[in-house]
Amino acid sequence: MSDHEHEEHAHEPAGYGIYFLTWFSLLVLTAITVTAAGMHFGSLSVVVALFIALVKASIVLWLFMHLKYEDTLFHRLVWIMILAMVIFIGMTFTDTLFR
Amino acid sequence: MSGHSIALTAHKDYRGSKIGIWLFLITEITLFGGMFLLYSIYRSEYAQDFHHAAAELNTLVGTINTLILLTSSLTMALSIAAVHHGNRKLSLWMLAITVLCGAGFMVNKYFEWGAKFHHGIYPGSEYLLAHPKGEVLFYGLYFVMTGIHGIHVLVGMVLLTVMFLKVMKQPNAKVSFVAGHGLGEIEGCRMAFVDAGGKVVWKGDEVDGSIERIDVKTKYWPVKKRFHVADFNQLENSGLYWHIVDIIWIFLFPLFYLIT
Amino acid sequence: MSDHAASASHGAAVRHGTVPNAADVDFYHFKGRWSGIFAWIFSTDHKRIGLMYLVLMLTFFTVGMTLGFVIRLELMAPGKTIMDAQTYNAVFTLHGVIMVFLFVVPGLSASLGNFLLPIMIGAKDVQFPRINLFSWWLFLTGGLMAVTALFTGGGPPDTGWTFYAPYSIRTGTNVTLAAAAVFVLGFSSILTGLNFLTTVHRMRAPGMSFFRLPLFVWALYSTAWLQVVATPVVGITLVLIMVERSFGIGVFDPVKGGDPILYQHLFWIYSHPAVYIMILPGLGAISDMLAVHARRTIFGYGFIAMSSVAIALFGSIVWAHHMFISGQSLVANFVFSLLTMIVAIPSAIKVFNWVATLYKGSIQLETPMLYTLAFIFLFMIGGFSGMMIGVLSVDVHVHDTYFIVAHFHYIIFGGLGFAFFGALHHWYPKMFGRMYHQVPSKIAWFLTFVGFNVLYMPMFIMGWEGMPRRYYDYLPEYQKWHVVSTIGSWIMISGILLMFWNLLRSLKTGKPCRELDPWGGGRTLEWTVPSPPPLENFDKIPTVTHGPYDPDVPEHK
Repeated sequence: MSDHEHEEHAHEPAGYGIYFLTWFSLLVLTAITVTAAGMHFGSLSVVVALFIALVKASIVLWLFMHLKYEDTLFHRLVWIMILAMVIFIGMTFTDTLFR
Repeated sequence: MSGHSIALTAHKDYRGSKIGIWLFLITEITLFGGMFLLYSIYRSEYAQDFHHAAAELNTLVGTINTLILLTSSLTMALSIAAVHHGNRKLSLWMLAITVLCGAGFMVNKYFEWGAKFHHGIYPGSEYLLAHPKGEVLFYGLYFVMTGIHGIHVLVGMVLLTVMFLKVMKQPNAKVSFVAGHGLGEIEGCRMAFVDAGGKVVWKGDEVDGSIERIDVKTKYWPVKKRFHVADFNQLENSGLYWHIVDIIWIFLFPLFYLIT
Repeated sequence: MSDHAASASHGAAVRHGTVPNAADVDFYHFKGRWSGIFAWIFSTDHKRIGLMYLVLMLTFFTVGMTLGFVIRLELMAPGKTIMDAQTYNAVFTLHGVIMVFLFVVPGLSASLGNFLLPIMIGAKDVQFPRINLFSWWLFLTGGLMAVTALFTGGGPPDTGWTFYAPYSIRTGTNVTLAAAAVFVLGFSSILTGLNFLTTVHRMRAPGMSFFRLPLFVWALYSTAWLQVVATPVVGITLVLIMVERSFGIGVFDPVKGGDPILYQHLFWIYSHPAVYIMILPGLGAISDMLAVHARRTIFGYGFIAMSSVAIALFGSIVWAHHMFISGQSLVANFVFSLLTMIVAIPSAIKVFNWVATLYKGSIQLETPMLYTLAFIFLFMIGGFSGMMIGVLSVDVHVHDTYFIVAHFHYIIFGGLGFAFFGALHHWYPKMFGRMYHQVPSKIAWFLTFVGFNVLYMPMFIMGWEGMPRRYYDYLPEYQKWHVVSTIGSWIMISGILLMFWNLLRSLKTGKPCRELDPWGGGRTLEWTVPSPPPLENFDKIPTVTHGPYDPDVPEHK
């Protein structure tokens, strides 16, 4: 782990513009997902909805939550979070899908 | 001066508290993860019933609430950026809007739940039990998941209100050197503040044995030649919490409102 | 609050800002803002918090042990012996809840871990001292709630410690409060884990790289990950049980379409890793004790350290082996049975390395070493029986029998329990500055060890012959084994009581022991500070130049 090497990076404060841009892209994605839900893709619709939700969540994580400016330790924490969810949900499906 | 700022970082470990808050966010996600697990399995078992039940939910209300939370995330991020820039007034305004957005979200939620209750849809209601099992489960999960999410929004609002008061009351940084801790190391020195260009902006008296404690209140604390605002740390960590609550809603919204 | 900005999120140094004489006296004699009992219950000193955990946990352990004793008495003869069936159900439930959630889950990490972790990594305190205190208060609250559940509502819960749905959502007993208690205890456990993770990442002394951490710290670090990632799952599961009982949302209720097997999944997603939360700190403590009392550098440091991480990782993906006969799919049975075999590998790596450490060591049979050796023996029996019941075909035969009861008592009590008692004896002089009386401590060890095997070994036989667990009554042919087992419980409990009495008495009458390293073989940092340590542990934060078990360092020869 590299936490001692990177003491306190004091990154330059980001401007306000990037946050408005982030917000705007989130609004656009919301519009897309609401529209897509009305278009009846059948079983694909849940995939589309979840994919867009994932994209939105990543944007929030990356920009609003400043992961962009953080080092690998914080990225690893997020990966551990995702891995835990995948294991918990995925492995339970080995039961319910084949029952 | 650099020796002193090392003593400072040892005293106030911002990175440490940031690791702490991120670990806490992991626990939040696995907490909701248990419910997402139930949702995904019941959804795969009762796809048709979930489909019908979701039709009862008002997509418009859900969308409005999504927009409200996204906007509150924006103002939250702006509030932190404002502290970075040293603009306390803007930061306070943005925080206030964030809390108001949270309140708006909760009011919406209140009317939405109220309408459901009015229709006889609540956990264990006769109306609901007369429906297929998948719909009972859908609404069971709906009330629990949005309910627990709502509790998180409320907690976030309280937290941000506290932050509002802190940002309002305090200078951005307060650092103390106390006898026995840090003060000994700078004995015999004179304290000075140096701006980014290396220009001395303030000079203090020589620190001698008679001084027991030095409190420094300032907007900025200079570390490694860069401006490092000291006290946005708590605000930033509260912001992380607020954003994770938003992320959870980003998933709840399509799963409950958009599967018709 | 002199320094408002220095909230719980800031390091220890600010908190103890006004303590010029902190290094001169040990932490017991340091005069802080509070006095009397308040100097303890409001203290954010990790050493005091560790000792407060120890006191609470040993109290709860005594209660749990008494309940276990009563269970054994009832089972001495078929039919009613000393209590009726409903009381019996409540007693084994409470025995489980108290032992699991109030003793072994906080276990070594909250008590000795709190005391030792900062010292071992060369820090003055944990990263969030106030959160540490808060977590102790949560533990106390949760413990009191669990005890209150006995006397209020519809009577003590009778579901077993697992709170399986749908019975737990139907029974009229006080499950809601007991589940709430477990939720609060879980929160306490999460905060401890979070604190330890951040402490290990941020507060290591200069030069203390990850691969110079003592093995106990490695184990605590792996445990902390499990606490943080898995505990919220059981939290939400128990919240769902409470909501189900109050509002009937139906998620675990088969009448409303819910699936009780999913309850089991969610419960074991936490509770199987929880088994490793219990045992991992024990494994770590054993490694350190072994190195000291065999007067030898540890063999295979890297492998032992990494096997802790591997156990934490693999331990999280095997939970459904508790559910082979629950009605889950055959695919899940197959997958989880296979994965279960993998966990045996890192556990075996540890045992091999311990044995290799003993080889050509200069073994001193001091009391902690006796517990350590007993641990390795019992842990292996527990581990091998665990391999057996991890095999699908065997488990179908012995599931929910006394075989299982014997297995997990060998692992949890024979494992964590003996590691705990050993660690208590090992670090006792460090914590209290006195040495306990040697002869009674060895007699106590002998009684506990013998009694343990007499108590639990017959359960393997009974279980194999088909005696189901949790039954109030049984067929006469099992009685001979039940009688042996009950007699074993008397031997073991007399050993434990002797141990407690000896340790308590030695606080006053034990030989003062002020040396830095009373065992003469300590290599980790806690043996470089006074016994008991001063408030901030170190006069000056040490600079670490080599690993704790490096063989080429002169002072290690």
